[in-house]
Amino acid sequence: MNFDDTPQEAAFRSEVRTWIDANAPKQLEAQLSRPSVGRVKLEGTDIIAASKAWQKKKAEGGWACLHWPKDYGGRGATPIERVIWQQEEGIYDKLAGVFLIGQGMCGPTMMTYASEEQKRRYLPPLASGEEIWCQLFSEPSAGSDVAGLRTRAEKKGDDWVINGQKIWTSGAHYSDYGIVITRTDPTVPKHKGLTMFFLNMKSPGVEVRPIKQANGQQEFNEVYFTDVRIPDAQRLGAVNDGWNVSLTTLMNERLSIGARVWTGFSEIFDFCSNFVTDDGPALDDRAVRSRLANWAVRHSGLKYTSYRSISALSRGERPGPENSIGKLVSGAMMQDIATFATDLQGAAGVLTDPELAEAAAQFQSMLLASPSSRIAGGTDEILRNIIAERVLGLPGDIRVDKDLPFNQIPTKGR
Amino acid sequence: MNFDFSDQQKQLRDEARRYLAEHSSPKAVRAVLDGGAPFDRALWKGLAGMGFLGVAVPEEFGGAGAGYLELCVIAEEMGRALAPVPFSSSIYLATEAIMLAGDDAQKRRWLPELASGQTIGTLALFERPGNPSPKGIATTAAGDRLSGTKVPVPDGAIADMAVVAARTGQSGRETDISLYIVDLKDKAVTRKTLANLDPSRNQAEIVLANCPAERLGPAGEGWSILTRVLDRAAVLMAFEQVGGADRALEMGRDYALDRIAFGRPIGSFQAVKHLLADMYVSATLARSNAYYGAWALSTDAAELPEAAATARISATQAFQHCAKNNIQVHGGMGFTWEFDCHLYYRRANALALSLGGLSYWEDLLIDRLRSRNAA
Repeated sequence: MNFDDTPQEAAFRSEVRTWIDANAPKQLEAQLSRPSVGRVKLEGTDIIAASKAWQKKKAEGGWACLHWPKDYGGRGATPIERVIWQQEEGIYDKLAGVFLIGQGMCGPTMMTYASEEQKRRYLPPLASGEEIWCQLFSEPSAGSDVAGLRTRAEKKGDDWVINGQKIWTSGAHYSDYGIVITRTDPTVPKHKGLTMFFLNMKSPGVEVRPIKQANGQQEFNEVYFTDVRIPDAQRLGAVNDGWNVSLTTLMNERLSIGARVWTGFSEIFDFCSNFVTDDGPALDDRAVRSRLANWAVRHSGLKYTSYRSISALSRGERPGPENSIGKLVSGAMMQDIATFATDLQGAAGVLTDPELAEAAAQFQSMLLASPSSRIAGGTDEILRNIIAERVLGLPGDIRVDKDLPFNQIPTKGR
Repeated sequence: MNFDFSDQQKQLRDEARRYLAEHSSPKAVRAVLDGGAPFDRALWKGLAGMGFLGVAVPEEFGGAGAGYLELCVIAEEMGRALAPVPFSSSIYLATEAIMLAGDDAQKRRWLPELASGQTIGTLALFERPGNPSPKGIATTAAGDRLSGTKVPVPDGAIADMAVVAARTGQSGRETDISLYIVDLKDKAVTRKTLANLDPSRNQAEIVLANCPAERLGPAGEGWSILTRVLDRAAVLMAFEQVGGADRALEMGRDYALDRIAFGRPIGSFQAVKHLLADMYVSATLARSNAYYGAWALSTDAAELPEAAATARISATQAFQHCAKNNIQVHGGMGFTWEFDCHLYYRRANALALSLGGLSYWEDLLIDRLRSRNAA
């Protein structure tokens, strides 16, 4: 048992380190090193432009999407090499945020279902960050139950005509392309009448509207489709097989392992180390210590769980299911930590001006942003279902709409 | 990165699992629980025969000299099978104390017998309610004679020898404490078995009345040695707890698949699924933290104190969580003597207290994180 690289891994790491050291945008280092919740913001620099510049440089050096095949803009790297890259990229990884969905989910789907010609056209600029992609799955009435989506695609000649509405689409306002799942047959059970496409986000009839979130920020969008025409050649997978296509997309995502674990623990530990109450340093308080110790072991547990997965990759094996616990643990933890930190501040904990509030108001931002971490990318409840069903082998929930034709499923509770 | 046990170590784990499934069945555990015997003597002999007791003791002292990773995988299986033997007292506590602090003669005298199971050892630390603390030690040493009452002593009525913490100074500092080795068969020793949460393991009161003793380690260094012994034991105990937590989770899962209510397996209800998913989460976190402890223990890393406290807290939480929710999943049947759920519940809660409670380890962890951050 050890944390050491194999000689091959060590050589690769040193090559990565040398390249990053010579090429990383060091002028952004200070800003990127600051703790941040949600989307990263830069002062005086457009985050998208900065992200694109770094991604372009990585692509030129052969480090963009390095686990993809060379023909599609990657390096043909192994899964463990990808992890080593992420570890070494460190804070500059924050500049990969805008590409995450495109490269993590749309890319692998295109790789599996697009034609060879399409792959050569679309994948390299996706890898190099010249084109940004988004994923159009969720709808107002189809969140956890995404197969209940209602956006229609109807065949008109060689084209499909799309009408409907998507929601929670990250980055739709700056995306060039998107993959969209639609209903093509409402007369069959819900999972069986779906079809996946990709489309140009600048197509006539696509309208993107930002959503103002509960914390006042705007990171997601609603996307409206009004008679948007998509050529049949941009269909991904067979007609009415979109559910299986979407599973490929989601499964690909589950195989990726984050190089860093972020839970808010080091932020709360630092805060309690420095914050002094009338009774003395917060870190000397019995109750504070107990809470911190509980978060410490959860943070450490996640970190070493990811190390176990990385070890499996290092041996050339598939990681086990243990990594499925990450977001479930860290999402709730972040919210608890933020609540606790503001509580320590007493009445002053309500203040949100970074100039006035403790710790530059980072816990207030975390508090307001944290509900989304327990919802986005699978709610806590869906994640528990996944662990129970796929890891522990418990039976699926009884689904009363499973065999009903989609257009006969009730749409109102009362 | 190779943050996992080797194939050989996994084979050893499988071997231990098979052996214990046969020889430490719930029936065997219940024989001790029901008061038939203070521990399972045949199992103890069998474990010695398998070479499991001395796996981390160097060959020159009669052990297998394999190492701590090997001991960790065996500990996990002991926990999974609720082995009703003084394994943790004799191996994690007494043997570790002698390996850490014993002089050559003491090592030659005790380690071969502990490794072969001929001698059973324990650690006599506690005297009163509360967490481990030098202040809690009133047993005095006058020359090489000890007087005082130790309670509770794990496996105290079974053990042949004990490492005893005694007071050799009155300065109010840690350096007031020294360690001694005591032959528990001496006539100056009186022992009494005490009723406890988990009767599948012995707890006793030991009264020392001017009892002959031999000092272990330098005078005044008893507390610092003890702290190191407890850290090492915490990692090994964490593996027992992880083994127990995993088994409790499996029992809950299996029952949820079999039991039908409202016309369907109860495991198809989200309320039950989510209980089990949360058990999986805590068991997984605890396992990963225990691996971190195993790495630190086996490499004698500078991180051992932090890793040990982390492993201990996480494993204590996981075993308690899994054991209590296993009963919950079983419903009324889980609260019968007949079902095995309470065996795990009892063991989980007894192990949670055995090396000092959670608050003790939480305090240690924060101190250790703080000094690392300051460094």
